[in-house]
Amino acid sequence: MLKIEGLRAEIEGKEILKGIDLEVPTGEIHAIMGPNGSGKSTLSYVLSGREGYEITGGSATFNGQDLLAMEPEERAATGLFLAFQYPVELPGVGNANFLRTALNAQRRAKGESELDAMQFLKLARERMRALSMPEDMLKRGVNVGFSGGEKKRNEVLQMALLKPSLAILDETDSGLDIDALKIVADGVNAMRGPDFSSLVITHYQRLLDYIVPDRVHVLMQGRIVQSGGPELAKQLEASGYASVEAA
Amino acid sequence: MNAITEHNALTEPGAAGFLHRFEGLRARLPGRDLPWLQSLREAGAASFREQGFPTRRVEAWKYTDLGPLKEAGFGEALTPVDSAIPLPRAAAPRRVVFIDGRFSPELSDPDAPVRSLARHLDEVEGLLGSVARHEGVPLAALNTALFEDGALIDLAPGEDGGVVELLSVVRADRPVALHPRHLVRLAPGAKLVLIERAWGHGESRYLHSPVLEFQVAADAHVTHARLQQEGPAGIHLSTVFATVAEKGTYDSFLLHAGARLARAEAYVTLAGAFSAAHLNGAQLVGDGQHADCTTFLDHAAPDCPSRQTVKTVLAGRSRGVFQGKIHVHQIAQRTDGYQMNQALLLSEQAEIDSKPQLEIYADDVKCSHGATVGALDETQLFYLRSRGIPEAEARSMLIEAFLLDAVETVENEVARAALSEAVSGWWQRMAA
Repeated sequence: MLKIEGLRAEIEGKEILKGIDLEVPTGEIHAIMGPNGSGKSTLSYVLSGREGYEITGGSATFNGQDLLAMEPEERAATGLFLAFQYPVELPGVGNANFLRTALNAQRRAKGESELDAMQFLKLARERMRALSMPEDMLKRGVNVGFSGGEKKRNEVLQMALLKPSLAILDETDSGLDIDALKIVADGVNAMRGPDFSSLVITHYQRLLDYIVPDRVHVLMQGRIVQSGGPELAKQLEASGYASVEAA
Repeated sequence: MNAITEHNALTEPGAAGFLHRFEGLRARLPGRDLPWLQSLREAGAASFREQGFPTRRVEAWKYTDLGPLKEAGFGEALTPVDSAIPLPRAAAPRRVVFIDGRFSPELSDPDAPVRSLARHLDEVEGLLGSVARHEGVPLAALNTALFEDGALIDLAPGEDGGVVELLSVVRADRPVALHPRHLVRLAPGAKLVLIERAWGHGESRYLHSPVLEFQVAADAHVTHARLQQEGPAGIHLSTVFATVAEKGTYDSFLLHAGARLARAEAYVTLAGAFSAAHLNGAQLVGDGQHADCTTFLDHAAPDCPSRQTVKTVLAGRSRGVFQGKIHVHQIAQRTDGYQMNQALLLSEQAEIDSKPQLEIYADDVKCSHGATVGALDETQLFYLRSRGIPEAEARSMLIEAFLLDAVETVENEVARAALSEAVSGWWQRMAA
């Protein structure tokens, strides 16, 4: 389970996270909703280990391990996965090479045998079919020339291959039309199970019609200000974040 | 026959030494019975005498110091050629080999459309020296005076010369100076993919200073992939001259992957409407090395596109230079020019000097250029690490990708594979 206690973080001297408390038990999907600038993306970056953020207080553990003390690749190897809001383009790095290198790095870290090119291709093709991804996306540079929807599907493909036990989806719904949204949601729902948890970060309620969360938390000005069941998302959609602020 | 029949040591350093060599050799150089060639050589020598080796006071040589060349003496290559030296694996199905600047028939594929220039000088009156110039290019002047051999490629109208590797091997076991001259003429509609490779075998200092002349007729298309893989103490100073007629294409890619000091200059003239030039390249510069890519592109006709992307990776204490001048003449309306120059600095002791220069005299022109210099992109690095790829491996992937992305511009598969292999090989040695 993911356990965050009193987490504070700043960037360039400006405090963004002002004491976050959050628990995501194993097997559950939690949503974090909040207006722009509330600290949603910062939370996802701090948890996944991006440089440039200073942790000024609190803790974050995953299955008892201190996440904040680990390198990003170590966090990945313990099962954490971040689906980026803006997936990064890597010109010159072939998508297949990237996916296989990542998969094998994690397998190595877990003491498993690496997949050769043929084994990998078979697996990747299978996963891609499930995501309605054309096979030529394997040959192209990572995210280079991909449409917004293709980039997000490529994130979900990575998740499907790496099989994380904790996936943080950072505004994965942004820039997606309804068909792409369904495909992405199906990809996440396919991962659901007793060993998989997820933190779904979103601005809008729409995604949560397709990925129904166990709990919804509202993040405002660097703090969780309200928590509730899936109905909280609908309330927010109807009354807006201002109503929470007023409360 | 004795393997060593001739070895003129050239002990006097600097320009004077090379001029003395010319005095000593002039009566024995190939084509001595051809008056036109004799006067061309004399003109080259006179021009070189006047100009000398460039100094850093010359604007175009501000960033590259020929000190290592001027201070040392260089001798002539030995004759005849001893063929028993190891060659690199062929980069193309058909290969011709020059050893110490001399054509080696026994190592060359007889089916390749390449002949020895020295043996066919009677055919090149009016062609040799027609694209090259001496003024402002003293190394070309010196080459005209001293060249002994080189490749002659002369394709008939519509002829497809296929893919050919032109391998110049330097036996770097003594300080030789070589000035090969290569002539490439494509008649209208002809095609050629030329993989020109300079390869040093040995640790000695030496000078390899080839000059290549390309005459590309209407609708002809030449791809010129250059692999500079000189020995670790080698000095590589090459000059390419190309002129392209209507709807013709000169498509080149320069890879600097060797030598202690390397400079490749290209002078390309788009002389006919709708002709095109690609002057792409990658420079791999390790500790103690200096690499320079300098190009002069003349848009002298309307409706011509040109593309230039040059990438440089610098490690250790090293220096890289990119100078790209694009001159758009008044007549060259609707020119479509693009120039991009990117450098990746892997060490704080590395330095890149980058000088794009656009001179535009036409008013209806699309010309863009850009330059980036920096370290690896932190966002890209984080993306890879967040997928579980360890930092060192992630860095290595990004550096290799930066370079391979440049090679992707090469359309011909064989040429691209040869360049990619050289790039990956270099990076794997560096990363090891």
